Order: sequence, then structure tokens, then C-alpha cells
Amino acid sequence: MSIIENHETVGTPFCSNPKLSARDVGVFYGDKQAIFDVSLDIGSNEVIALIGPSGCGKSTFLRSLNRMNDTIDICRVTGEILLDGENIYDPKVDVVPLRATVGMVFQKPNPFPKSIYDNISYGPRIHGLASSRVDLDEIVERSLQRAGLWTEVKDRLHSPGTGLSGGQQQRLCIARTIAVEPEVILMDEPCSALDPIATAKIEELIDELRENYTIAIVTHSMQQAARVSQRTAYFHLGQLIEVNNTDMVFTTPEHQLTEAYITGRFG
Amino acid sequence: MTDSAMSTRAKVEKSMKKRRAAESRFRTYGLLSVLFGVLCLVVLFGNIFSKGFSAFSQTVLTTTIHLDTDYLGVTATSDPQELRNADYEGLIKQYLKDTYEPSGRRERRDLYGMVSVGAAWQLQDMVLENPSLLGQTIHINMTMDDDVDQWFKHDRGTANEALRFSEQQLVWLHDWVDSGALHGRFNTIFFTNGDSREPELAGIRGAITGTFLTLLVTFLLSFPIGVSAAIYLEEFAPKNRLTEIVEININNLAAVPSITFGLLGLAIFINIFGVSRSTPLVGGLVLTLMTLPTIIISGRAAIKAVPPSIREAALGLGASKMQVVFHHVLPLALPGMLTGTIIGMAQALGETAPLLMIGMIAFVVDVPGFINDPSTVLPVQIFLWSDSPERAFTERTSGAIMVLLGFLILMNTAAVMLRRRLERRW
Ligand SMILES: Nc1ncnc2c1ncn2[C@@H]1O[C@H](COP(=O)(O)OP(=O)(O)OP(=O)(O)O)[C@@H](O)[C@H]1O
Ligand SMILES: [Mg+2]
Repeated sequence: MSIIENHETVGTPFCSNPKLSARDVGVFYGDKQAIFDVSLDIGSNEVIALIGPSGCGKSTFLRSLNRMNDTIDICRVTGEILLDGENIYDPKVDVVPLRATVGMVFQKPNPFPKSIYDNISYGPRIHGLASSRVDLDEIVERSLQRAGLWTEVKDRLHSPGTGLSGGQQQRLCIARTIAVEPEVILMDEPCSALDPIATAKIEELIDELRENYTIAIVTHSMQQAARVSQRTAYFHLGQLIEVNNTDMVFTTPEHQLTEAYITGRFG
Repeated sequence: MTDSAMSTRAKVEKSMKKRRAAESRFRTYGLLSVLFGVLCLVVLFGNIFSKGFSAFSQTVLTTTIHLDTDYLGVTATSDPQELRNADYEGLIKQYLKDTYEPSGRRERRDLYGMVSVGAAWQLQDMVLENPSLLGQTIHINMTMDDDVDQWFKHDRGTANEALRFSEQQLVWLHDWVDSGALHGRFNTIFFTNGDSREPELAGIRGAITGTFLTLLVTFLLSFPIGVSAAIYLEEFAPKNRLTEIVEININNLAAVPSITFGLLGLAIFINIFGVSRSTPLVGGLVLTLMTLPTIIISGRAAIKAVPPSIREAALGLGASKMQVVFHHVLPLALPGMLTGTIIGMAQALGETAPLLMIGMIAFVVDVPGFINDPSTVLPVQIFLWSDSPERAFTERTSGAIMVLLGFLILMNTAAVMLRRRLERRW
């Protein structure tokens, strides 16, 4: 299999109220191109699922949305990504406020080796979001509550975050991200290390978060994509093949590659 | 069970014998090499301890001596300068002559020679501290000459004793021993004095102070420089040709023979910058050059060992590069960095060759007070003493080695404890 010449993304990659819009985005690792001419809108307060076979560039694309790719020396991005109409790859843009606005949750739970409280309060502290200790306490409680972790940890806020179970750690990481009050949350396979119960909790959480945030989630589970997202984007070998409403992608995919993937013929 | 499964199992069984043999062979080799190492260590330590242990005791002669104010020409009310200048040595000789009645010049000289010149200083110290002793008869443990010391510790009653002492001297010696006047005491001089030409008065205080000051300079320079260099190279330096060359050169520096750093120090610090030679300052500068690569390399390894997921987490929250480094990477890397630093300092502690080049081999009697006083360091002191013909110095060489080893063990233990203490799991 190789990339398709002159490919145009099928379906509805654009929407009327985009929070983030990618235009002709290409991502290169050294000489190797991992993403080809991807144009995609992510609407305000929507959950978009990015799916596709392993190695197709989902993580790469997701990481280009808050410039996490900058940390990889050989990585280079072409095209434009607009956040509220402003190109985040503009040389004038500072990644610090960008990443405070576009937060990220990683595949493997990665709490800091500090207390639960310090994990949550770190972001607000460095950005100066709390004016007082009481304020900070409030942010910590609210974030943990929204992440559905408060009742489980409220008695041990000062014990290490690394001492929690895998699912709790991942919810801690989500709480840490929302403590900064970002506008967009990027999630890269947030449930891949979790059991079905922990997964269900996080999916519920995503559903609730949608009211206030725009969320892009990479997932390998089509059921998960179907459960949490409104739109689904299918990537294949670095190309964005098809974007459509989620139920449509899973019932009547337009592109034959999408169909092949969701019916399990490869992936 | 199918045939093939049976045969697999049979094959495995057959190969097990060989595997077990290989395993037990490997264990034996491992055990042997560990045993060999332990044996070497035991022999080394045993040798040093058996030789050096006696350095911690000093033979003294307990006597009573009358502090004759007429002879000394001073009284309790004399001013300190006069007290200092009184002829205590003469008083001791007078006392010895009166007590043991040597006949003739030769015997007299033999008698006087058995007491260390340090005995007069002991008297002086006692009087200076408490002038009211003048005119009284006091007890004193007179430090004996190193020949007497060695005779008491090693040669007593052997055929060797006639080689060093006359018949009359031996009579005195045996009398002293029989009466219990001549005996060994803990050798405080060894720890309170600087170097001396007289073995019984030679101590390691000067060398220990010199070592301490030198290491202080080394630590104050190499830790901040090394850690900043490690952080810069690991976190901020662009990955290009230049940093690659720097990296290779740092690794090379770590392998450069230490005497080269001594030559460099001589050429640069002493000849160009005019730092005075044989001081802890220049010693510390030279040892800094030597320790830096160790600290940088271990520091970089410690930084590399911090899981990238922690960095990503902080970056993803919008932490700046500096914040990531100082809030997350450094706290996690610090135990490793400190361990590396202590190991580097322990190396510096034992370093001799480069310090010889910058004149720290000079014979220094005074205990250094500051980093620009002439001084020597423990390993160089050991080197100096090991070269002396006197048996008493051989003993002190081993004694000083024991002290040095003690410090090394202390530092390495500190490194291990620090690591345990600060280590965090993630
Ligand atoms: N740091 C990197 N350096 C070089 N190539 C990379 C790097 N990261 C990813 N790639 C390459 O980019 C392509 C896309 O990788 P990416 O991780 O985005 O895939 P993915 O869709 O997230 O896969 P998965 O579902 O397995 O996570 C792959 O071919 C991969 O080998
Ligand atoms: Mg991925």
C-alpha cells in the first residue's frame, strides 16, 4: 500500500464554527514525511475522534496541534494550524500560552512524582492562575471533582500521585490538564492502559467535558470513538481519508479504505 | 500429547543438563572473582592495618619533674614572652642528668637523645597554660624519641636492640619498662601536629586541613560548573557538530592521565595567572579540572535517566523549558548528580600526581589556615613519608593511609546514603 495521489479528503472536514483549523498540514521527521496535506476543522465544543491503523500519523497530527512536536529535533511542520483564526506556527507565537490553551493528555498516565495536590496545582501555579492559597485549594478540588477523582483522593491529597492506580492516575492527569482551564484538550489514546471500568469513567468524563471544551481524541477502539465523539476522522498512511459524523462513518463510510478499516479488513 | 510435543520435551530435558552445567560454571566463575577481589582487599587492608596500627600509639616516659624557677629564671608572674623563652630543654637535660647520673659526655648524649625535643615543648605548653605550676613538682608524660618508640613497640627483647642502643641505654630502657614508667599512650600528636622532621612529632593535621581546603575549593568550583554544564549540554545546547565535539572532548578529558592536569595547572594557574604554588587554591583549581568531566558525565546521565514522559507532562501544561528543567528534571536528577560529585571528590581526595606538579610536595610544618597558605594534602603526605628511611615514618605512612581510607569510605557511604535518601520512584 502506498499513499494516494491527488487525494481529496472525503466527507465534511470543515465546519462552521472551528476552534482549530488545520490547512494543508504536512509533518516531516527528517526526510520522512508522516503527514500529507491534511486539512481539518475541529469545531468548538465538539469531540472529534482520530482513528486509523497503527503508524498512520494520528499521534503526529495531534501533537502538531499544540506544537508538542517542537520537542522532537528532527520534526518539521508545514502548512497552517489556526487556533481561533491565528496561526500557531507563526514565529511570533510563544508555545507556553499556546500549550496552556491547548492541553494534552498522554497515552500512558504520567503524573509528576509529587503529591496529588502538587500535580494538580502545578499548572495554575506556573501560570499564576490562583491569587491565594484558598483559591488554589479551590482549583484543585474543582479539577479533581470534574475528573471524577475527588471522592477517591480527598483524604490523601498530599500522598504521591504515582501511588494511585493506573485509571486513577489517568484521571489525575486529566484533572491536571483541566486545572489550567484550557480551551482545547488533546487526548492520545487516554484509555489504552486502562481496564473497561476505568475506561467507562473516562468516557463519561469526556462527555461531560464537551460542554466547556473542544476535544480531539485518538483512539484504537471504534466503540470508544462511537461512544464519545460527534465526528470521526480516518487517517491512512499519513493522509486524512475521510471525515464525517461519527455514526455515519461507522454505518455508511464513504471511502473504501474507511470501510475496509472499520470492518476489520486491516488495522 | 502428540509425538512432536513429546520429543520437544525430551529434547528440553536433554539440554537441561548442559544448561545447568553452564549456569553452575558461570556461578563458580563469578564467585571466584568476587572471592579474589575480597582476598586482595583483605590482604591490602591487613597489611596496612598491621603496619599502621602502631602509629596510633606513642611511647612516653612518665616522670615527675621540678619546675625550678631559679633554673628557668621565670616566675608565675612573668609575661608570656619570657615564659615562652625559658630554657625548658635545659631543665629536662638537667633533670635527666641528676636522676640517671650518666658518666661521661657520650653517655650523657645517649641519655638526652632518648627523649624527644617535643618534651621541652610539652613543658612549655603546660607552663604557658598554667604559670602557677612554676616552682612545683609536676607529673609529665615525656614524649620519647622515635628510636625508643620503635624499640618499645617492636624490638624489645630481640637481638635487634643492641644495634641501636648502647648497653647503658638498654639498662635504662629496661628499668623504665620494669617500673612501668615507659609505656604507650594514644598518639594525639599524630592528629594535632603538622609535618615534622622528627617522626615522633610528625602529624597529619596539616595534611588533613590542606586536603579539606583543597577539596572545598574543588567542590565549590566543580559542582556548580559541572552541573550547569551538564544541564546546558543536555537540555539547551543545539544538537549539532559543535556540541558533539564538546561531548567527545569531555569524555576524553575524563580519561586524561591526571598528571597532565598538574602540568596544565602549572602552566596556566601558576605561570600565567600567578596563583601561588603549593596552596590549596591552586590544588583545588587543578583538581577541579580533573573532577569536572566526572561530574558532567554523571550529571548528564542522571538528566538522561529522567523519564521523557515527565518532561512531556510539564511541557504539555505549558511549562517553559526552564521550568521543566528546574521544577522537574533537576529534582529527579539531583541524587545521581550528587552521587557523581561525591565519587569525583573521592577521586580528587586520593589524587597525588597532579599535586606534585604544582608544588604541594613542599615540606610544610604549619597547619594551613586559609586556601592561600602553603600546604600539602594527605596522599602527598603519605608519598612524602613513604620515602623516609625512619621506621617510625613507615608506620605513620600506614597510619595516614588508614585515615585516608577512612575518609574515602565515609564519602562513599555518604554517596550511597544520599542516593537512597533522595531516590524517588516514578
Ligand atoms: N520521533 C519520531 N521520529 C521519527 N519518526 C517518527 C517519530 N514519531 C513517529 N514517527 C513516524 O511517523 C509515523 C506516524 O507515527 P505516529 O506515532 O503518529 O502514528 P500513530 O498513528 O500514532 O500510531 P499508533 O496508533 O501506533 O500510535 C510512523 O511511521 C512513525 O514511524
Ligand atoms: Mg500514536
